[in-house]
Amino acid sequence: MQFSEKWLRSFVDPAIDTAALSHLLTMAGLEVEELEPAAAAFNGVVVAEVLAVAPHPDADRLRVCQVNAGGEPLQIVCGAPNVAAGMKVPCATVGAKLPGIDIKRAKLRGVESSGMLCSARELGISDEASGLLALPADAPVGTSIRDYLDLDDSVFVIKLTPNRADCFGMTGIAREVSALTGAPVCLPEVKAAPVSIADRLTVNIADADLCGRFSGRVIRNVNARAATPDWMKRRLERAGMRSLSVLVDISNYVMLEMNRPNHVFDLDRVQGGLTVRWAQPGETLKLLNDQTIELTADCGVIADDAGVESFAGIMGGASTSCTDDTRNVYVEAAFWHPDAIQGRARRYAFSSEAAHRFERGVDFADTVAGVERVTQLILELCGGEAGPVDDQTTQLPARTPVRLRPARATRVLGVKFSDDQIATLLGRLGLAFERDGGDFVVQPPSWRFDIEIEVDLIEELARLHGYDNIPTVPPTGRLAMPELPEARRGAFALRHLLAGRDYQEVINFAFVEKAWEHDFAGNNAPVVLANPIASQMSVMRSSLIGGLVDNVATNRRRQIDRVRVFEIGRCFANDADARPVAGYAQTLRIAALAWGGVHTEQWGSPTRAVDFFDVKADVEALLWPRQATFAVAVHPALHPGRSASIRLDGAVIGHIGELHPELVQRYELGSAPVLFELDVEPLLDRTMPSHRTQSRQPSVRRDIALLLPRATSAQAVMDGLKAKAPAIVQDIALFDLYQGKGIAESEKSFAFRILMQDTERTLADAEVDAAVQELVNHAQREFGARLRA
Amino acid sequence: MSDLEALVSQAESDFSAAADAASLEQAKARYLGKSGSLTEQLKGLGKLDPEARKEAGAAINVVKQKVEAALEARREALRRAALEARLAEEALDVTLPGRGQLRGGLHPVSRTLERIELLFRGIGFDVADGPEIETDFHNFTALNTPENHPARSMHDTFYLEGASDVMLRTHTSPIQVRYMQAHVARHGGADGMPEIRIIAPGRVYRVDSDATHSPMFHQVEGLWVGESVSFADLKGVVSDFLHRFFETDQLDVRFRPSFFPFTEPSAEIDVAFMSGPLAGRWLEIAGCGMVHPNVLGHCGIDAERYTGFAFGFGPDRLTMLRYGINDLRLFYDGDVRFLSQFS
Repeated sequence: MQFSEKWLRSFVDPAIDTAALSHLLTMAGLEVEELEPAAAAFNGVVVAEVLAVAPHPDADRLRVCQVNAGGEPLQIVCGAPNVAAGMKVPCATVGAKLPGIDIKRAKLRGVESSGMLCSARELGISDEASGLLALPADAPVGTSIRDYLDLDDSVFVIKLTPNRADCFGMTGIAREVSALTGAPVCLPEVKAAPVSIADRLTVNIADADLCGRFSGRVIRNVNARAATPDWMKRRLERAGMRSLSVLVDISNYVMLEMNRPNHVFDLDRVQGGLTVRWAQPGETLKLLNDQTIELTADCGVIADDAGVESFAGIMGGASTSCTDDTRNVYVEAAFWHPDAIQGRARRYAFSSEAAHRFERGVDFADTVAGVERVTQLILELCGGEAGPVDDQTTQLPARTPVRLRPARATRVLGVKFSDDQIATLLGRLGLAFERDGGDFVVQPPSWRFDIEIEVDLIEELARLHGYDNIPTVPPTGRLAMPELPEARRGAFALRHLLAGRDYQEVINFAFVEKAWEHDFAGNNAPVVLANPIASQMSVMRSSLIGGLVDNVATNRRRQIDRVRVFEIGRCFANDADARPVAGYAQTLRIAALAWGGVHTEQWGSPTRAVDFFDVKADVEALLWPRQATFAVAVHPALHPGRSASIRLDGAVIGHIGELHPELVQRYELGSAPVLFELDVEPLLDRTMPSHRTQSRQPSVRRDIALLLPRATSAQAVMDGLKAKAPAIVQDIALFDLYQGKGIAESEKSFAFRILMQDTERTLADAEVDAAVQELVNHAQREFGARLRA
Repeated sequence: MSDLEALVSQAESDFSAAADAASLEQAKARYLGKSGSLTEQLKGLGKLDPEARKEAGAAINVVKQKVEAALEARREALRRAALEARLAEEALDVTLPGRGQLRGGLHPVSRTLERIELLFRGIGFDVADGPEIETDFHNFTALNTPENHPARSMHDTFYLEGASDVMLRTHTSPIQVRYMQAHVARHGGADGMPEIRIIAPGRVYRVDSDATHSPMFHQVEGLWVGESVSFADLKGVVSDFLHRFFETDQLDVRFRPSFFPFTEPSAEIDVAFMSGPLAGRWLEIAGCGMVHPNVLGHCGIDAERYTGFAFGFGPDRLTMLRYGINDLRLFYDGDVRFLSQFS
């Protein structure tokens, strides 16, 4: 909502300056988003007439003008292309101060110039700078331009919340300012127009759930070509509306003044009478904005005998709109039920001033006053003869009295109000009430659609009392210790762990390119957005990998040669059984990616690209002290020979591997990153530590080297040995891997350290030898291992 | 006895002359070895009469102790010199950088979220979570925003293809609904329920993209429901939080009437720093209000018995103000040079 301060002050004029008024409105919930003066600060500019224009002897683009600014004719050099003899223009006289310019007598290319003719931009009125600001021919020469154009004004732009639809007009804002300051409201007097003709238009309200009240009248013999007066144009312009034609301007003006949307039909284009009803599906309507829409059964219309001619409460139709040739009109002001209007315009992808107001609720008590105000202005500006006002009411919103308990207000707001205070505040808001015991029973007015329950009134009390005047209290509460489960950790622990292992956290968009889903997750049926912001953000990711790979590509383009990133975020998939939102799995995952050197290039360690086992150690660190099993697995994003599934307590919780070489090439990464992705939930469970007594007996270490077929996995051998190990074996660790010279092509050598110990006694050599032999025998049986010589 | 004294000084001088352990041992042999001069002297004692033997013996022993002490002192000196030499040999250029530097870090918004969590945990708030694909009921209807409500147009919502009743959540407020419903289910009964005190951080989505709007961004929802929770408490908690978060008292906080369907009375929270580049400007930083009775009702909470407040902060904005970041898009660009500044 945008308006001229002077217009508002013509209705209510509190003794505060512009800035204070702005602050007052903002702190009452009518947030002033912008506040601009109607013109820049300047003085010494008057209305002037250009008497004669002659070329400048030494400059093609300059003209030498003789100007009447109210005194002796002035010679002024002017460069504006539109300067012409006879035109009225603003003239800054010698001594005038304009933004950035002080006007002095001067010579321009040798010709004396005593002033400056001005464009709209030079006066800070608008950005229009292509030529002089042309004034009407009847503008009185010598008058201060500030007075003539009424420039000592400001334009307020306020952001109205949906509950305050009553402030979409000057009267509503005036009422609010009055409530806040106590200054009286003085509205224009609207007298019923003299009825000089008997003409009526038949109106049938067929659907009361659409239209609660319909008022209108015929006016004949209006002059639609009359000029809109400057004062009205100015108020409209400062309200952000262009002046179009006098009838349209009057209609808009009354809407802005009274918050009373109305419509002026060209009566001669209406066929027969009007019917107000729900649309029949399939009916079409060409709107005033030339858009043609197909209506559904929940759209309200006004129809005449020829068909639908208006989108009720939203926009008039082209077929009955006024033109310059209009002679006879029908003025309408109605009450449309908010739920009959809500969402309809949005559905057709447009908005209108009327729809914006009606869907939030418009005063249903002032339809006749609205018709009279439009009539008054039409008769005044366009002439004509008015018929009688028809006013039909079907059903209006109930205005159920609302009970306000002072104690409840105190409890909700934390501030104590006396009964007198409450009575005063309600009175200032124009809310009539009765007392019932200690309570106030308030009658909501017809213009307020946001007073239905007690808390609506409590809000009004708080607003008028001032939020600033409510105490800021540190709360009190019972001090109970929080639960602190030791076997759980939060996601921040995972973040810090990975950050401590040289990974940088990133946050990537959850919507990704469709190709990523295919490439990095093998997902050809992702969750698709109906209204993506861009095609490369059209589907919901089911994996974090695409984002991390893209991070590498982006940073590589910025000449970064080493990237280690991780993200924790939700991944989405279609899944009929998923909960809590049926149909969509929304799993929190963690993924990390390392690309480039294992360390930043430096003196202290040889340069080496990060590899699978570097990253595997990061996964193991995330899980520690729990241990996962890694098994060869195929993953659409990963190198088939260098990737593994990660299994914890029997369930696959994620994957690790080197990015597939084809993807390395497709996404232009230069070299392959190594990455992993895991479900977060299993990582949050930790094992609760418990103590086990350490043996005091000496331990014995034996190393064995086993020759095994190349394809044997280390994990399998380890698991096999541990499963069959005699009780005295405390630990088996793989400490060396060898393949190459000295052993067969088909074989590799694993060296194991076997640690043995008994809790009660020192082990005898024979026992130790037997245990080792048992392990070797087992390895031989199960894996075809041989003891390496 | 001057012979003996001369012997001592000769031994001291020989020992000093020994440059290493081997020559020291050779020198030692000359005095204390099998045929060393002192050993010889001791052997010669047997020829003396008992009185003289006693006297001479004592004198020789004194000398022997002196020689042994000199020997030990020299040994120690040599050992020390050897150690010094080794230490000097082993000295490093300690100014070389450490090996394998680790420079990872959290995302700046994560830092903010962690701080918010810690601050609110400090006054007994728990942390709740909820889905990002939400139902229409939880995102709007249960929050007192029925279909066609004009407040819905305040949110430009991402919808999913093939489903009209689900969307990407436009705010973290639906977590309020889910938490309250679960809380009632857990504690339901006529005897009342424990207070609800939670914050709910998370990613939210709106169809909007420019330097100050990202189609995905963060919110932190807060909710406190109890038997005596008032607007004054809301002001207290929020002001306290802002001063602690920004670690300054030089910060004005104001509450300005506003509207959200799910709170009443509602407020926008503005802050103004008293110093720094943004000094004196009111910056909109959060929305808040008393939980609307209809919302409590949707969740099965007796709105007559319980009152509560809720707030929603924008951690992205808090992060920008805290670290002086001027473009929201930097958060989601993945540029490691930008991100690593917040390690």
